[in-house]
Amino acid sequence: MMSFMKGRVLVVDDDTALAEMLGIVLRGEGFEPSFVADGDKALAAFRETKPDLVLLDLMLPGRDGIEVCRLIRAESGVPIVMLTAKSDTVDVVVGLESGADDYIVKPFKPKELVARIRARLRRSEEPAPEQLAIGDLVIDVAGHSVKRDGQSIALTPLEFDLLVALARKPWQVFTREVLLEQVWGYRHAADTRLVNVHVQRLRSKVEKDPEKPEIVVTVRGVGYKAGPS
Amino acid sequence: MSGDRAAPAPGRTGAGARRPVGRTGAGSRWARLLEGGLLHGGVQGSPVLRLFLRWVRRPLLPVMRLWRRNIQLKVVATTLLMSLGVVLLLGFVVIGQVRNGLLDAKVKASQSQATGGFAVAKQRADEAASGTGDNGGTTDGHSSQNVIQWMSDLVSSLSSGGQGAFDVVTLPAGEDSGAGRGPRSSGAVDPTASVPEDLRTRVNGSTLAAQRYTRIVYNDGDKESQPALVIGKQVNDPNGDPYQLYYLFPLTQEEKSLSLVKGTLATAGLFVVVLLGAIAWLVVRQVVTPVRMAAGIAERLSAGRLQERMKVTGEDDIARLGEAFNKMAQNLQLKIQQLEDLSRMQRRFVSDVSHELRTPLTTVRMAADVIHEAREDFDPVTARSAELLADQLDRFESLLADLLEISRFDAGAAALEAEPIDLREVVRRVVSGAEPLAERKGTRIRVTGDQQPVVAEADARRVERVLRNLVVNAVEHGEGRDVVVKLASAGGAVAVAVRDYGVGLKPGEATRVFSRFWRADPARARTTGGTGLGLSIALEDARLHGGWLQAWGEPGGGSQFRLTLPRTADEPLRGSPIPLEPKDSRRNRGLDDAGLPRGGDKQVTVPAQATGEHSAPTPRDPIVPRQAAAAPTADPTALPGSGARVVTRPAAGVRRQDVPPAPDRAGGDTMDGADPEGAGPRGAQRQGEAFRGR
Repeated sequence: MMSFMKGRVLVVDDDTALAEMLGIVLRGEGFEPSFVADGDKALAAFRETKPDLVLLDLMLPGRDGIEVCRLIRAESGVPIVMLTAKSDTVDVVVGLESGADDYIVKPFKPKELVARIRARLRRSEEPAPEQLAIGDLVIDVAGHSVKRDGQSIALTPLEFDLLVALARKPWQVFTREVLLEQVWGYRHAADTRLVNVHVQRLRSKVEKDPEKPEIVVTVRGVGYKAGPS
Repeated sequence: MSGDRAAPAPGRTGAGARRPVGRTGAGSRWARLLEGGLLHGGVQGSPVLRLFLRWVRRPLLPVMRLWRRNIQLKVVATTLLMSLGVVLLLGFVVIGQVRNGLLDAKVKASQSQATGGFAVAKQRADEAASGTGDNGGTTDGHSSQNVIQWMSDLVSSLSSGGQGAFDVVTLPAGEDSGAGRGPRSSGAVDPTASVPEDLRTRVNGSTLAAQRYTRIVYNDGDKESQPALVIGKQVNDPNGDPYQLYYLFPLTQEEKSLSLVKGTLATAGLFVVVLLGAIAWLVVRQVVTPVRMAAGIAERLSAGRLQERMKVTGEDDIARLGEAFNKMAQNLQLKIQQLEDLSRMQRRFVSDVSHELRTPLTTVRMAADVIHEAREDFDPVTARSAELLADQLDRFESLLADLLEISRFDAGAAALEAEPIDLREVVRRVVSGAEPLAERKGTRIRVTGDQQPVVAEADARRVERVLRNLVVNAVEHGEGRDVVVKLASAGGAVAVAVRDYGVGLKPGEATRVFSRFWRADPARARTTGGTGLGLSIALEDARLHGGWLQAWGEPGGGSQFRLTLPRTADEPLRGSPIPLEPKDSRRNRGLDDAGLPRGGDKQVTVPAQATGEHSAPTPRDPIVPRQAAAAPTADPTALPGSGARVVTRPAAGVRRQDVPPAPDRAGGDTMDGADPEGAGPRGAQRQGEAFRGR
């Protein structure tokens, strides 16, 4: 259970004091942090360090965090947690849409940050072999693959988790809060926009027509459920 | 309005009064109908009548509407009517004068002609008489033969002088028709028919000439009868016997002239009227067109299209109006632009401050936490300092967060993310979140009205924040007594009321609780260290939903905060499913502070904070306590802050039944137990109600 503690975390933040403090906290929790302060250098650092998770400040010199997020997401499904000073709708949603899995609003407590990071890393150790079907998709849980008619669909780990959570209980309607708890690991209700944005992202990948979803169906006023297989 | 009109005019009641009793009503109803009900819809008659009226009125409505709305139509119609009247009057006067002039000349000419004729007839008679006297030996038969011949000659000779300008008729005088002096006439005139009877009698007894207008009737069938002037006189024939001689002057020429004048006048009048109408139309158009343009542009301006301007040509008054209008629009646009810029700057500033403050605060926070974690290794003073540091950082954080939230509202940057949510879920989360605090305080939080879903389009995050605030406040100020969270939905609204039985609110406080940084009692120890902005933010959240957040409280009797939200985001609120003042308030139980039946007063407080366009609620009758059986009145608790109208509830009791009754404990035991101050020497109890929200 504690094996994931040795996670490599790339901290992309221009504020040196905060970066240093983050380093202290992360090292204290057994992570291996590496740092980059410039948005332009973030991608190179990412390729070099191959982190298990990226902590990304949204406001950066050079390329801004949104752009960096998009670039990283384009070549990797590695979990990205945004650090943002603004919980305003637009910033958060834009950040999530650019590919971040989760966000954490400054100022945060060290424990909160660590809990978030662990929740994102936790998923990497559950190797029980399992085959699920949702709609016309076949999900190999252990192999982390989703296939439609033999064609594999690339999903980020978070999107994969979301899909698996829905597919495991196709009879159940998941409220956003339940999904936040199961997929993101939030104990208390948090921003349900996380769910909305990621469902949209997931749909854009797995649905034949994202306008008329058949895999992830919205239950108006309640939440989401898996479409009939 | 219709009542005034419906009063029958004194003159008209007479007709109705004479009718049988049963019909009187109908009669006055018709009178009422005619006196304005028809076009104003104010008839309170039977449904059939109303239907009939509607049927009659329907086709008229567009015309009436056009009439009311179109000044050009009004002016043109008025001009047409008035000029028509003037032209008609003028026509009558002119035609009358022309006719008089024409006839006067004709009468004078005719009279002299006739007088000459009569003289000639007399002269001839005298000559013939002297001739007959000379002959001496003529017999009576010969003589009468002569007279017959003479008269025929006379008629033809007299009429030949006029060349058709007049005709001559002789008639026997009186009843005498013998001696061959039968009627004679020139020009195929029917002598008896053409000379009216009354003229003949007048001529009969007199030696003077008499005249009259008549119509000439001709024996000749082809010829139409025509108007004429007839002048007659009694003259003697050669034998000295009287007979009547008439001159008939046809007025054909005069009539022709008159009809010509009439035709000309009518044509001219018609032209004048039409032209005046056209002129009025053109003139009004000149004025109305710019006014209409201004109205249209004003509408577009108010719809937000600030770049709209009027076209200005020339330098007249209309142009001045246009210029002034444009200047106004220009200034308006400028001001709005400035305000928008300011607001944008403020938002930018808030956003920047947010970021700039939060980054170092995050570092401090983390450092403080690390120190706090390690405090056991420190000496007591340093350890305590570490604790204080961490605690106060929490407070600082929440204060900063609240400040930023408030300034976001102030900048208008707050956006609503409404979706259908079940408020029961939110309440459940809020209550479970508040449980630890409630346990510490020894308070039980009970939820009622959660049997059915309470769904509304709302922003779950904001609603949760509001309710968390209300519940935490209730627990904090509830003095360990129960807190009841009540849900209800009715009509287009859902409501959550949080009731506590704590210290309550003093008069006027119900409004002030929403003020920023307001504290009920500055001396009171703060246990949870609220920022003082919680309720202000909650109020803004409620407003953002188009909902209300209102407070009610009585000193020592606890308080109730009610959040009312429209069921769909863009629906205006008309009322709340939950009365603001709970059923178990002292006043509703008919008690005063001392637990005695009360006759106290109640003061309705108006929001003091001029943040919205509040309509001042009218104070209610202070004596009548609100009871379920009370007559329907406008419920001031339903007063929206926005000045939306107050809806009279059909029956207060009926509506209240929608709300699930509070468990006994709330209304009975708890309250009685929770009423220690009730016996205290408090003055006249006053309760405050606040009407908040937008």
